Amino acid sequence: MLKKYIQKSLKTKEILLMTHIVVGYPSLDASMKIVEEMVKAGVDLIELQIPFSEPMADGPVILKANQKSLELGTTVKGCFEFAQNVSSRFDIPFLFMTYYNILYKYGVQSFVEDMVKVGIKGAIIPDLPPEEGLEYEEAMKSNNLCPIYIFSPTTTDERMRYISSCGKGFIYCMARKGVTGKTTQFSNELDEYFEKCRKNTSLPLAVGFGVKEKADIDYLKGKADIAVIGSQTIRLVDEKGIEAVGDFIKGL
Amino acid sequence: MSNDRGYYGEFGGAFIPEILVATFDELIRQFRKVKDDPSFWQTYSDLMSNYSCRPTPLTFAENLTRHFGGAKIYIKREDLNHTGAHKANNVMGQGLLVQRMGKTRVIAETGAGQHGVATATMAAKFGFECTIYMGEVDVKRQRPNVFWMEQMGATVIPVTDGTRILKDAINEAFRDWVTNMDNTHYVLGTACGPHPFPEMVSFFQSIIGKEARQQILELEGKLPTRVFACVGGGSNAMGLFSGFPDNSVECVGVEAAGYGLHTGQHASRLCSPDATVGVAQGYKTYFLQNDDGQMKETHSIAAGLDYIGVSPILSRMHQKGEARFESATDKEVIDAVKLTMKKEGIIPALESAHAFAGAFREAAELSSDDIIIINQSGRGDKDIFTIADAFGDPKWREFIKEKALDYK
Repeated sequence: MLKKYIQKSLKTKEILLMTHIVVGYPSLDASMKIVEEMVKAGVDLIELQIPFSEPMADGPVILKANQKSLELGTTVKGCFEFAQNVSSRFDIPFLFMTYYNILYKYGVQSFVEDMVKVGIKGAIIPDLPPEEGLEYEEAMKSNNLCPIYIFSPTTTDERMRYISSCGKGFIYCMARKGVTGKTTQFSNELDEYFEKCRKNTSLPLAVGFGVKEKADIDYLKGKADIAVIGSQTIRLVDEKGIEAVGDFIKGL
Repeated sequence: MSNDRGYYGEFGGAFIPEILVATFDELIRQFRKVKDDPSFWQTYSDLMSNYSCRPTPLTFAENLTRHFGGAKIYIKREDLNHTGAHKANNVMGQGLLVQRMGKTRVIAETGAGQHGVATATMAAKFGFECTIYMGEVDVKRQRPNVFWMEQMGATVIPVTDGTRILKDAINEAFRDWVTNMDNTHYVLGTACGPHPFPEMVSFFQSIIGKEARQQILELEGKLPTRVFACVGGGSNAMGLFSGFPDNSVECVGVEAAGYGLHTGQHASRLCSPDATVGVAQGYKTYFLQNDDGQMKETHSIAAGLDYIGVSPILSRMHQKGEARFESATDKEVIDAVKLTMKKEGIIPALESAHAFAGAFREAAELSSDDIIIINQSGRGDKDIFTIADAFGDPKWREFIKEKALDYK
């Protein structure tokens, strides 16, 4: 489903844009407005992060957003309601991003079934390697949802093929080591890595980690199918307010 | 005892981000090699005897035994390790592994500061660069340990995110590791975290149980009835328990009851109904968490026990009834420290004093034919600021006030 949407969209665009929000940061109302700004500005997919108290793979910006959202009382149930609202209002695919404990405590099967109910199309779980995620993968696939798995610069060819066989929709390629939100030098040195990713999967490629300006996206055109902007929009909301998000995205 | 992915029953596993998969593969490969190589254990044990006073004594606590009038009480003296705690066993072992992997930098989390000091010491000895992550709250309550880490050349980074204690320091260490794994090894301090850490840390700590078993057989010609250890992450307990797999020996782990189990402000995962199974910090075990899976704040007078999770190996032992888990409140712990000092001239760390408090509760009900061993995982005199505060000693307070004036 997602794969088809991506392939169809790529007929009219050189590269698609996926953005990210932490649900409930800086508030639930603000999250709704940010999504609205993003959709109006032409974003193709949005990741809704369900906050977790121990976001191990996230850098300082998203980490603080997770904490703040939880302090304000965001619950998993609240995130499902939010997801239902945005997916009924806006006609682009929404994905969940969160850590495995959120699914585990909810019950993996129920979590996946409720994703279907609220219209979420897939999920990214950065602390769930495919080897640990058999129950999740099966539940997702049998409900026609996309488990999005990750390639990293340290992933071997053989492992990329294995991960690709577990995933659906697209593959998320980390552009570099480290956590979210730090700078990445998008230069030709990365060409080889993206070629390796491409060679080992037939799924579309999304590239994230450190994508924050037009030059980064220009570089990724032709190499990736989707550019992922994560921490940068949160930073922008912190510094300039929600209204700045739309213009920023149009500028990309 | 674990399968390929480090499962103990349903507990354990390796819930790691993709970027670390290759690093863990290499770590597991190197660890398997040293574990299967008898000459490695010899090298390790020589290093520990030459650098860290091993074997540590098994002290007969004659006065405490008479005081309770029940079982004979022995104390395994891990406090006499270099740097004052059992943490040395683990870090020196991992240090040897780091040398074999050719890495040049080590990072670690620390709660009470014992593991941080031990890691900084190991790094100084082996010539590694060293960064220690420590929750801001713990930096404040354990300044003397921060002082020593820095003097030994380590960089101490206070962690200001989350609840600013041990678990947050672990998250931050992982964030460093996913960036710098090419030259860096993460010296995890306890038998928790993703596979192979629970198995690896338990392997190095098993030196405690090996020695204790041999010592008690030499001294008494028989095995103890019960052995007691405090349980934070669970590494000193794993170390002691592993020496006594016999059905006749009951292993008792004592968790932190903080202000009392009924108050919710504690760190008891296995002996309270408050914890449930979850996945965080890379492994599956009992966590103190809410219904959404968000981790709760924990409390213990002992920073080293103030933690949300527990070794997956202990969770499995708990489930199978291979160990019994009890708890001790902050107040019981203070009383146990006081009694041990008065009766034996020995100062247990607040962490270790949980094991003493648990053992003291049961000593009198046993007969003089019974033997119990208490693991004194660390020494308390290093934590003079915390213990003096906990005792509320007015003369100490005066001293600090006057000392502060000197710095004006």
